[in-house]
Amino acid sequence: MSTDKSAVNGHEPATGGVRVKRGLAEMLKGGVIMDVVNAEHAKIAEDAGAVAVMALERVPADIRREGGVARMSEVGLIKEIMAAVTIPVMAKARIGHFVEAQVLEALGIDYIDESEVLTPADEENHIDKWTFKVPFVCGCRDLGEALRRIGEGAAMIRTKGEAGTGNVVEAVRHMRAVLGGLRRLRALRPDELMSEAKRLGAPFELVREIHETGALPVVNFSAGGIATPADAALMMQLGADGNFVGSGIFKSDDPLGYAKAIVAATTYYDKPDVIAEVSAGLGPAMRGLDVASMPKEELLAARGW
Amino acid sequence: MLARVGVLALQGDVREHLSALSHCGADATPVRLPADLAAVDALVLPGGESTTMSRLIRVFDLETPLRHRLSEGMPTMSTCAGLILLSRTVLDGRPDQLTFGALDVEVRRNAYGRQRESFEADLKVEPLGVAPFRAVFIRAPRIEATGPDVEVLASFDGNPVAVSSGLHLGLGFHPEMTGDVRLHQLFLRRVEEALEVNAA
Repeated sequence: MSTDKSAVNGHEPATGGVRVKRGLAEMLKGGVIMDVVNAEHAKIAEDAGAVAVMALERVPADIRREGGVARMSEVGLIKEIMAAVTIPVMAKARIGHFVEAQVLEALGIDYIDESEVLTPADEENHIDKWTFKVPFVCGCRDLGEALRRIGEGAAMIRTKGEAGTGNVVEAVRHMRAVLGGLRRLRALRPDELMSEAKRLGAPFELVREIHETGALPVVNFSAGGIATPADAALMMQLGADGNFVGSGIFKSDDPLGYAKAIVAATTYYDKPDVIAEVSAGLGPAMRGLDVASMPKEELLAARGW
Repeated sequence: MLARVGVLALQGDVREHLSALSHCGADATPVRLPADLAAVDALVLPGGESTTMSRLIRVFDLETPLRHRLSEGMPTMSTCAGLILLSRTVLDGRPDQLTFGALDVEVRRNAYGRQRESFEADLKVEPLGVAPFRAVFIRAPRIEATGPDVEVLASFDGNPVAVSSGLHLGLGFHPEMTGDVRLHQLFLRRVEEALEVNAA
């Protein structure tokens, strides 16, 4: 190796800054992040073209069915998953459980999902995400919730949807709410912004920033109920930057087939002929649940604020 | 001559490259299908996940046309995952990972560590003069060996991070993330010169 060409090179690299934290999410855009519970699942996800995997204790459909307290995955399993794949590994921590997050950071996980799918550890406060070098993704149901999480330091947002149902209706509702909120904010007069910040329950500085840029300062994925290639493409056409898919893959009859098809449908979301082609012969999708008839206390999206 | 520059749009930091190229005056367009590729003068391979792009290139029949365009001398600018795709050899990759070999470099995936170790640094990039270039490295690949025809434009910690070979510009970092478009301008100047030579 020849000698370094410059004196400035090699000094003071800055790790853990806002740009690198938000930046990894930028690199995942247009891709699919898949829930996995073990190394074998993680390998299937990587084989299928996932841009990242999400380690969790049980897929949401099982959490919903089995009940009990859902926590961060067991550390040994997380390590096995990290060793099994070359793509980024994310993992879920409970809302407000900053020590689970510290443990995940110590393990070298690439992104932490402070997730309503797990049982909340704090019903009042979310994690102060600015204090971590590792970036966080958080769920939201509307623009106000998205901006509260960004205000706490989230470097990526995903709409909550209703995890483990295989029903895309809540994902659609939440994506429309976030993007509709952005369009509304853009159209306001500057003297209406404080009132809008109050209405949204959102930090004023972020409200003003979005009024000017017209876009969230972080990447916004869809999540919670995506079960088919057409669901994935629907969320992309609505304006998602990418998709999280949980139970939809490993609760289907053909996980590898579904995973590959959902990856393709996320890239070619506006090409119905491609979506048709990749959907052919997949067999049954996961069995879905009717969200409207579910008791309110069973809704995961209502966790966190 | 206005260059029509494609950005490989299978996944990743596509939007930012399109906007940087448009800002520099190029006719920038996403490339997802073989027909898109046939319509561009040059191609940017963006950051993202190289294993994902690799799989989609194969499945959606882009591999052969891409190899063909590269053999004809289509200019490229590749960043991070894109650099991995264009390299000769990938270390710590997946065994089935695609490489086009247009850049005679050996790269190691995720060589700087996991996301925790992702970083920013000021680089001195030779053709850009004195003003440093703020470079963002995200789970970046490291260039560990370069062939005889590869010119090193910038290094960090003793390894090349920006290289040039013929009409190929390869970067381990993300110039599309900072709003500093000097490397995109450099690439476009080269593309436009090549187009003028071909037209003459």
